[in-house]
Amino acid sequence: MIDSVEIAKGNPDTSQPWAELGLKQDEYESIKQILGRRPTSSELAMYSVMWSEHCSYKSSKVHLRQFGDKAPKTDALLVGIGENAGVVDIGAGWAVTFKVESHNHPSYVEPYQGAATGVGGIVRDIISMGARPIAVMDPLRFGPADAPDTRRVLPGVVAGIGGYGNCLGLPNIGGELVFDESYAGNPLVNALCIGSMKHEDIHLASAKGVGNLVVLYGARTGGDGIGGVSVLASETFDADGPAKRPSVQVGDPFMEKLLIEATLEVLHAGLVEGIQDLGGAGISCATSELASNGEGGMHVYLDRVLLRDASLSPEEILMSESQERMCAVVTPEKIDDFMALCKKWDVEAVVIGEVTGTGRLVIEWHGEMIVDVPPRSVAHDGPVYERPFHRPSWQDALQADAPTAQRLVRPSTPEELKQTLLDLISSPNLASKSWVTSQYDRYVMGNTILAQPEDAGMIRVDEESGLGVAISTDCNSRFAKLDPYAGAQLALVESYRNISVAGAKPLAVTNCLNFGSPEDPEVMWQFAQATTGLADACLELGIPVTGGNVSFYNQTGDSAINPTPVVGVLGVIDDVDRRTPMAWGDDGDLIYILGDSFDEFAGSEWAYLQGHLGGLPPKVNFAQERLLSEIMVAASRDGMITAAHDVSDGGVGVAITEMALRANTGARFWIPDNIDPFVFLFSESTARAIAVIARTEELRFTEMCAARGMSATRFGVVDSGLGIDSGYPGEQVIVIDSLFTFRVEELREAHEATLPALFGG
Amino acid sequence: MSARIGVVTFPGSLDDADAARAIRIAGATPVALWHGDADLHNVDAVVLPGGFSYGDYLRCGAIAKFAPVMSLIIEKAQVGLPVLGICNGFQILCESHLLPGALTRNDHQHFICRDQKLRIESTETLWTKDFSPGQEIVIPLKNGEGGYVASEATLDELFAENRVIATYIGGNPNGSYRDIAGISNKAGNVVGLMPHPEHAVEALTGPTTDGIPFFTSVLKSLVGAS
Amino acid sequence: MARVVVNVALKPEILDPQGRAVQGALGRLGLIGVSDVRQGKQFIIELDGALEGERAELLHKLAGELLSNPVIEDFTLTVEN
Repeated sequence: MIDSVEIAKGNPDTSQPWAELGLKQDEYESIKQILGRRPTSSELAMYSVMWSEHCSYKSSKVHLRQFGDKAPKTDALLVGIGENAGVVDIGAGWAVTFKVESHNHPSYVEPYQGAATGVGGIVRDIISMGARPIAVMDPLRFGPADAPDTRRVLPGVVAGIGGYGNCLGLPNIGGELVFDESYAGNPLVNALCIGSMKHEDIHLASAKGVGNLVVLYGARTGGDGIGGVSVLASETFDADGPAKRPSVQVGDPFMEKLLIEATLEVLHAGLVEGIQDLGGAGISCATSELASNGEGGMHVYLDRVLLRDASLSPEEILMSESQERMCAVVTPEKIDDFMALCKKWDVEAVVIGEVTGTGRLVIEWHGEMIVDVPPRSVAHDGPVYERPFHRPSWQDALQADAPTAQRLVRPSTPEELKQTLLDLISSPNLASKSWVTSQYDRYVMGNTILAQPEDAGMIRVDEESGLGVAISTDCNSRFAKLDPYAGAQLALVESYRNISVAGAKPLAVTNCLNFGSPEDPEVMWQFAQATTGLADACLELGIPVTGGNVSFYNQTGDSAINPTPVVGVLGVIDDVDRRTPMAWGDDGDLIYILGDSFDEFAGSEWAYLQGHLGGLPPKVNFAQERLLSEIMVAASRDGMITAAHDVSDGGVGVAITEMALRANTGARFWIPDNIDPFVFLFSESTARAIAVIARTEELRFTEMCAARGMSATRFGVVDSGLGIDSGYPGEQVIVIDSLFTFRVEELREAHEATLPALFGG
Repeated sequence: MSARIGVVTFPGSLDDADAARAIRIAGATPVALWHGDADLHNVDAVVLPGGFSYGDYLRCGAIAKFAPVMSLIIEKAQVGLPVLGICNGFQILCESHLLPGALTRNDHQHFICRDQKLRIESTETLWTKDFSPGQEIVIPLKNGEGGYVASEATLDELFAENRVIATYIGGNPNGSYRDIAGISNKAGNVVGLMPHPEHAVEALTGPTTDGIPFFTSVLKSLVGAS
Repeated sequence: MARVVVNVALKPEILDPQGRAVQGALGRLGLIGVSDVRQGKQFIIELDGALEGERAELLHKLAGELLSNPVIEDFTLTVEN
């Protein structure tokens, strides 16, 4: 029995399962008010999924507004927040679009498919802007590296990202891999995609022009993830598992590859008026958003949708999250050409409806009207909550527990300092990530300039001119736990710095805000603090937020994850030939540290290894960050610099180790005057970078730093011949002052053995 | 006029643009061939690029061999058309029986992407003339099913006839029998290679430029023939 | 209506890393005495009408050329008419 509008009018008091669908009483009442009657079961399905936290941002909206309100003035933004992804002008007629999204809960339930479909979803966001996807990267966070659950989830997630992304032909150029107890049972699987296009190819999701046709194309619709959006992504796991675990979405990367090629071809041929990807909430979302962004209405014949499972009900078809589907608005004159190009790529397509001037989204099923709603009420005018928040009762005590020399025993002897460096570079958080990244194709498309373990991923956009973009994502969630306002800013400045040291100019910001339950006022306070901190910091640095994603309910019982505002910064470089890599160069090159080192260990990797979390995170200094960025970009542009590396997790000691491993060449270092060796080597003070300068460029470089007021201290020199004097003839050796000596191979073994030992060869 | 080298795009091909770029860098003209094409557009040689043709859903390369363009390529390859199959292209050549043996899942069961050291074992094929015998090169390797297998008799024959064109050195990345990275047919015009020379043609984007000689080698034979 | 089941497996002499991994897992999970595991795949083909004559010949041929790779795989074919 189909619940039609006619029937709904006739029996207004029929009880409906709004609570089971995740709606609150007042939300259900407001649906009735909007419609002037009870919703049909199909309408109820649509509202419930579109008004879920995941789709409506109902708890976060009031805070996210700051990203627009406080946005710095910029001409770089061609399309702002609100579309599938923001679009940034990078010059010479080129634009890029980028976005990061979470697929946390699905990846916990089914690691391989969850992670794979996370990649698929973000890639469709990018193609729906008219851009060709050019790279992906994946910020990942798991519970303790040696926990059984991590061993279950991590290999599947990595295989899923690789299995899907490799088959799509998108280079995976970076990301993050972080382990922390707070993610046990709540891993974070975030996926980022970047795409490029010429300005004239930008497309938006809107259904304009009465009489235009609405085409659904790509994979057939099946029972995948029905209710997945509202249930999987928005509700926490109960102790005995989700009551109505939906079927997992299964990805088909081959279909997605065809969908990319077919979509770009129809867009470039000028056959499309508006376009939208189908992600969470499937057809409900695509039709209501397209109609809502257009000027009129839409009439959809739902029975025309091609099905993989003929037994699906109309409600299920509306909510299905089957992957690899897109929706386009096409004029009647161009529909034959559109269909022909789909056929060329073996992509099934069907006209499911048309744009109308009624202002209503009407959906019919075999002649009966099952949906008749104002599209904005579904897509944009959902509930908005001003959720209560307050500073957690434990915050003051946490901040008071600083890792001072009195509180935590610090290494002081040469042996202890040497062991500390070894412990850090072999710890799961700082160890080589190649066990993960070697499962990803970083070469495909032939435009990868920099990839992990470099500070930023860099992709050539224009082969003629060498114009390119750099991208990095960062977040130290321990900093965010200590102070969510500062923590979000620290994530931004680190990402900003990573872009800069690679030689690119930071341009725009995206984010993926992973938090616990918004219904917990302490979590909501963290969220409010983090969004305010990030918006303020973007204003300070002059780069706007172009879009992002919020993932709430990352918690098990009362225990929320560390607040994890993952921040991605995008930068532009005029000629990728000028990029600054991490590996230092030839013998005699001089190694400088830019910026000042303070006694800042709260939330550091060293403190984490001691099992300590407390105090106030490192100070943020925007003026210094901007200055450092300008210097790094200028040094790259003017050819003064051989190599550079950001100083962050694990401090200077870890940074120089990573550079030596990348170069496979030794170096000699001395600890600058008036600073404790432990503080110099392992503090995580911000606004610092290591710069490697050829002797011939030294004067030019130091004069530039002096003129701009940036402290630059020479503390090392590249030297491949230190093996003999150190007792290791023929080997590359690092000598740290008179303190200790390491063979580069010894460091490499320690650095590279950790993840294979945990997750298998 | 420079030589015309066809690059076949199957649904799911990924490294076709890279192969075309490598051909340009080598000084030839890349010609796009579509899997459904019923003629070869007068190309002088063909590259079957890497990727996941038809999703690699049945077996890698198994469906591609039935594509219309492949029946032409198979026919012409048997009478001397130079054909280079890279990765998925190598798999297609084996499935098409232009080359013996098959490629199976990596022994460690993971997809692997790394810079791979190879030794050039034969410079007698149309695609390896510009190398020197025994030359060691580094080019990217990236595959999930790159383990070369064949019967002992076939393996003996390949080595005896100098048809193993490259072997892995510094560690076998995928369990290939006898460290085989690439082979040729008896005539030396058809070559299959698991690693990716087209990703090593520019210093900026590749680990080396060691891949270029694969693409310049074939030009010499084409110039010689015309 | 005919139902044809084609089973494909790697030839005994070809290394089967997936099968080997499953063998290891079975042992770790307490199943003793597993001397070998081979992983294969199964095609279930539904046909209109009975399978006979030229159509049967063609299907046998395609089982050897498309569904399996004779270089590394064997197949068995059973028909339920």
